[in-house]
Amino acid sequence: MRHEVRFSGFGGQGIILSAVILGRAAVMHDNKFAVQTQVYGPEARGGASMSAVIIDDAPILYPKVATPDIYVIMSQEGFEKYGAGAGENAVMLVDSTLVYSRPKCRCIEIPATREAKQTLGRDIVANIVMLGALVASTHVVSEAALEKAILDSVPKGTEALNQKAMKKGIELAGAAPGGQKA
Amino acid sequence: MTRIEFWQGNTACAEGALAAGCRFFGGYPITPSTEVAEHMAVKLPKKNGIFIQMEDEIASIASVIGASWTGARAMTATSGPGFSLMMENIGFAAMTETPCVIVNVQRGGPSTGQPTMGAQGDMMQCRFGSHGDYSIIALCPASVQEMYELTAKAFNLADEYRVPVFLMADEVVGHMREKIVIPDSVPYVSRKALVKGTLPFKADSDLIPGFPQFGKGYGVHVTGLTHDERGYPCATNPKLHEALVMRLVDKIESARHKIADYEILNPDAEEVFIAYGAPVRTVQQLMHDQQDKTLGFLRIRTVWPFPEFALKEFKNARRFLVPEMNLGQIAREIERHVQVPVVSLPKLGGDLHTPAELLTALEAR
Repeated sequence: MRHEVRFSGFGGQGIILSAVILGRAAVMHDNKFAVQTQVYGPEARGGASMSAVIIDDAPILYPKVATPDIYVIMSQEGFEKYGAGAGENAVMLVDSTLVYSRPKCRCIEIPATREAKQTLGRDIVANIVMLGALVASTHVVSEAALEKAILDSVPKGTEALNQKAMKKGIELAGAAPGGQKA
Repeated sequence: MTRIEFWQGNTACAEGALAAGCRFFGGYPITPSTEVAEHMAVKLPKKNGIFIQMEDEIASIASVIGASWTGARAMTATSGPGFSLMMENIGFAAMTETPCVIVNVQRGGPSTGQPTMGAQGDMMQCRFGSHGDYSIIALCPASVQEMYELTAKAFNLADEYRVPVFLMADEVVGHMREKIVIPDSVPYVSRKALVKGTLPFKADSDLIPGFPQFGKGYGVHVTGLTHDERGYPCATNPKLHEALVMRLVDKIESARHKIADYEILNPDAEEVFIAYGAPVRTVQQLMHDQQDKTLGFLRIRTVWPFPEFALKEFKNARRFLVPEMNLGQIAREIERHVQVPVVSLPKLGGDLHTPAELLTALEAR
């Protein structure tokens, strides 16, 4: 089963890292194939950033995402640039702290930045909250694979915080309307 | 034991170089090749190798040439603007028969152009960019796996033929991350050593002289001037100059069949795609989706020397379609060798061709 996942937000939120962690989870811990690509300009920090992952059971030929079936959107500009055109059959997770638009497709609202700041004390882990919510609501990789990939990707000393962020995301997806796997 | 990684193409390039025994990197960071230098800066010192960031790309390639003459496997990595600066010393490497590996992760040009976007606009520059006549070898990877394998192979070709070898990658394969299987070891071809008592630039029957390593008892004069078999300048003898340049060219061109690395799919096809580098992936997707035996594919890993004999394997070809992220640089090369129409499918701007775009081109008969 091929999945195309597109992440967008602003430079500095860890949009590219999110995609790298997801691809790593699929390849290193779920024995699947994945390709991760990104779009960024020389002036990206603060601007809209986009990264994409294709996950498949078979080797991936064309490496670019054409029609994403899963979106993770973490900024309003990111929504406008990379999320607004989502197809009706797609599913979109939005960071409801920062994105006020909503797509026509199934939408899961995750207050990731608010929760990262208030509950976890660091808004920097909002991307990991979104990853937890993504995996809980789509099962695009296993939770165990995601956890391992997070642990081998984040800076030493922040493992516990990131684990908590992932769990928080899983919990928020479970509580959000439409957040359970269909 | 092989192992699996989820690596970026540029990381795979650096790791392939390390596996091949590269122990010197001289470079100047430039997007989208910088990760190669970053990785080498971390890894080389731990392997008793040397990483040096030079003041610019002119000095970078000069340092690589110097390192190679001490016997080290040496490389640099750059992109368009830096590649342009390297041209003079690339000719020096060709003239002095210095093995070295030059990685160009191509981005949109001309000039500083599009630093973060993919392109294949330097394919002719890598073949002809320095002045005078000479030949080189250029490899084009289409995956992270090939970033590793072809980098390692580039060192073997450089040492075997005593020539600059180019890894002509592009931003797409340089920056994408994907699954890679790391082998236990990579094939290793040693430099042919100069036999003591032989003149340092006297070639054997394979047209390649043995390599006299500095510090091993040889006093060798290495010059970019036309030189005799002793290595001494001899720049006014027309016959000697002609013989030297012809040997530099022939040692590569006469080995074209041996150097060539390509794959053929459906040789009886009438419509044939030809691709190298990232567009290979689009053609592979199209071939997979169409499952059409009348559609052929020549995918080339060694663009220079160009394996024109591979074209003849498509005996029924009525048309060759060539998607490139440039305005048809290799399509023009193919045109020289075939009688049937060659349809150039150029794409500029930094994005890879989509399968739908190739299908549209195919249907426009």
